[in-house]
Amino acid sequence: MSISLKLNNRTVKLDVPPDLPLLWAIREAAGLTGTKYGCGIAQCGACTVLLDGKPIRSCVTPVNSIAGKSVTTIEGASGVTARAVQSAWEKLDVVQCGYCQSGQIMSAIALLEQKPRPSDLDIDKAMSGNICRCGTYMRIRAAIHEAARIKEELNHAER
Amino acid sequence: MLRTGTSAITGLVVGFYAPKNNGFFATMLAESLGNVFVPNAFLRVAPDNTVTVVSKHADAGQGIYTGLATIIAEELDADWSQVRVEPAPADRDLYKNLQFGGQGTGGSNSIVNSYEQYRRAGATARAMLVSAAADRWKVPSGEITVEKGVVRHAASGRQASFGKLAQAAASVPVPAQVTLKDPKNFTLIGAEHLPRLDSRDKTTGKAVFAIDVSLPELAIALVARPPLFGATVKTFDAAKTKAVPSVLDVVQISTGVAVIAKSFQAAQQGRTALRIEWDESKAEKRGTPEFLTEYRSLLGQPGAVARRDGDCAQAMARAARTLTATFEFPYLACAPMEPLSAVVRLSPNQCDIWTGDWDVSGVQDDAARITGLSTQQVHIHTLYGGGSFGRRGNGALEAIEVAKAIDGRFPVKLFWTRQDDMWGGQYRPMYLHKLDAALDEQGNLIAWQHRIVGQSILGKDPNWILDGIDVTSVAGASNIPYDIPNILVDLHSPVLGVQIERWRSVGNSHNAFAVETFMDDVAHAAGRDPYQFRRALLMKDPRDKPMKLVAPDRMKPSLFAKFPRDRRVLELATEKSGWGTPLPPGKGRGLAVHYSFRSSVAQVAEVTVGGDGAVKVDRVVCAVDCGVAINPDVIRAQMEGGIAFGLSAILHGAITLKDGKVEQSNFNDYRVLRMNEMPRVEVHIVGSLEPPTGIGESVVPPIGPAVSNAIFAATGKRVRTLPLSSNTPGGLY
Repeated sequence: MSISLKLNNRTVKLDVPPDLPLLWAIREAAGLTGTKYGCGIAQCGACTVLLDGKPIRSCVTPVNSIAGKSVTTIEGASGVTARAVQSAWEKLDVVQCGYCQSGQIMSAIALLEQKPRPSDLDIDKAMSGNICRCGTYMRIRAAIHEAARIKEELNHAER
Repeated sequence: MLRTGTSAITGLVVGFYAPKNNGFFATMLAESLGNVFVPNAFLRVAPDNTVTVVSKHADAGQGIYTGLATIIAEELDADWSQVRVEPAPADRDLYKNLQFGGQGTGGSNSIVNSYEQYRRAGATARAMLVSAAADRWKVPSGEITVEKGVVRHAASGRQASFGKLAQAAASVPVPAQVTLKDPKNFTLIGAEHLPRLDSRDKTTGKAVFAIDVSLPELAIALVARPPLFGATVKTFDAAKTKAVPSVLDVVQISTGVAVIAKSFQAAQQGRTALRIEWDESKAEKRGTPEFLTEYRSLLGQPGAVARRDGDCAQAMARAARTLTATFEFPYLACAPMEPLSAVVRLSPNQCDIWTGDWDVSGVQDDAARITGLSTQQVHIHTLYGGGSFGRRGNGALEAIEVAKAIDGRFPVKLFWTRQDDMWGGQYRPMYLHKLDAALDEQGNLIAWQHRIVGQSILGKDPNWILDGIDVTSVAGASNIPYDIPNILVDLHSPVLGVQIERWRSVGNSHNAFAVETFMDDVAHAAGRDPYQFRRALLMKDPRDKPMKLVAPDRMKPSLFAKFPRDRRVLELATEKSGWGTPLPPGKGRGLAVHYSFRSSVAQVAEVTVGGDGAVKVDRVVCAVDCGVAINPDVIRAQMEGGIAFGLSAILHGAITLKDGKVEQSNFNDYRVLRMNEMPRVEVHIVGSLEPPTGIGESVVPPIGPAVSNAIFAATGKRVRTLPLSSNTPGGLY
């Protein structure tokens, strides 16, 4: 069957089974591989994408439950918050193997959209669903604080 | 051997073996005719002024791409912004690991074995660029300087970029000898923060892992593997599987039954619909309780001797005080974030493999054997590995078998689900340890006995097994550096059906825990500060002590740290941690020092133990001596991440078996460290200009005992069974 959704600001029609997890619709049908498979049961966060701006685990979200909604993947991450997060990630060289980082970044963008100046506790709450086996957590924490600062700068510059 | 052709090409490849097979070097050479300067197999300079370094090692996150590029850029005097990196193709003549023989990445030796080789590659290219400039400007080479990618003749005011000189440099003869820099003049090596070359791609989702590879007609394969280790397929019925829409084929391979489909979901549904009868006659049907019973019994019996200094029995008999303790370590999964995955495209004359596997030569040999092609016809495209920690050695095997079984009708991507991975073995083995120590009247440690029980990872490989000792089983136990007159280390290697592998830091992962935790017990029994007690035992070079230590000759030069590195990192970590200063109630500080993979690492952990027994690691101060620090920021990243990796195991990690079946299946029941559990890590690198030593693994061993010793300092309770969560739900109590 054909399902229509907004993927990275473009309307796409995907010919997939209705119960197909969004992750596989994104990776196999739409061909966007930045979103990763890690566990298949919403335990690791590698598949995190934004659904109308909120982070969701695409590996357990059937496509037919989100018809018509707007999905943002790492490939479509844009805007001031995304730019701030990605430049902070690069500046602090957060990544190691990098496999979980798309999911980490999407969770971080969603956090900063909600809380422009998150505390360490806010970061723990928002990010504890995203596993990193390389253990980049310390740099992720620092990069989120740095991204908050960069975002303020960018907002200031654009005002 | 390619040593003929035009003079330009001959000049370029002298001193390097040309590959027997593939298009890669040929492409490089063809490019060299198009003005690209290819001084050797490790780099090329293009007219657009980019320097592309060819990494013979796979990068699964450890930062080796950046590391090898730094080494070449240093000797080349390149500007970091012009440096790129790409993986080497499979070619063991050109790209072998100089310590393994084959092309492969592991044992934390990538920088160790490549340091001089890559320095020479960079220095050779630099000399040829200088020579080209000297010819062009008609000035002596000695008057030419190179800095940040610019070749300059100060007296005449002339200068040129590498790109501008690339074409001319390509026809300069390769110098027979080059002079390497004095390490004290390094500017890129040791630079506090040189940006990683993979950060951008991994921050934008563009980095490609094997699981991401897309090809026309690509099919997805999942394998149904036996429920018990050692079971095999007796018969199977694929009728229902073949009825699933989009299932393309079902084939039997050596490890089980593979379902090939147009999509992951179809492959998954097809696999669920399979009916397989397993032959379990040779399967391992015992579980963790049975293993524990057997291991506990072995702890009471003498094993194969790995080290014997003096006479422990006699020292024990005359001791003023003796101590004993037993430790239990579970199986552990590597659980990298990217499950094993590989893509194989097979045609009658060629096999292309996309993988992040570290054992490139092994994959190539397997592919040649399975497909009947020559190794030269097997092309390996190494991609980023989504973590490894020991797991991603040869993950392509099944995909190759499937490609062969379907006669290469379409390319196949085979990957493991998380559950497949958790059930798939290749675990860090389970171990039991028993330690005994003796103190004399003055509190001096006069005897140390250490017995280890656990499967041999390296099995019957005669290169690694000597006098019944698998060197990986006793690594970090038989070579303790402490100045103790009587030492006895022995080993039992029971044979079980559970599949095991080298998990990040291998034997050091459990041996360091037992040694450094027990050393804390001994220090307390002697009434001494654990730091001062250890330090006093590290005042002499262990190499000067007569000892009987079983290890292959080639390992002997690196069995102990260069003296006094161990003591120096211990001093540095304790100094930086505020060792000895008071902490509030409920908090404790513990330390551990360990030498492995040629590097010395000491860590001081600070923990808080809550009223409910929950343990929170607040801070870890880490000191490392790894020789010259190629990329200090990458080393810091490895220290931070290795501590997190070790903590995952200490706090939560356990694979258990019941009647042969693995009881865990995913991250819900095989818990790993999460953001809220990550301590603050402070890293101190000992300044050094000596050759570099291993980093990726050497950081893991000390964190467990440092935490265990901190818990003891906070509570007076000793953790000897891992993980902490196995003691009680609250953590400790």
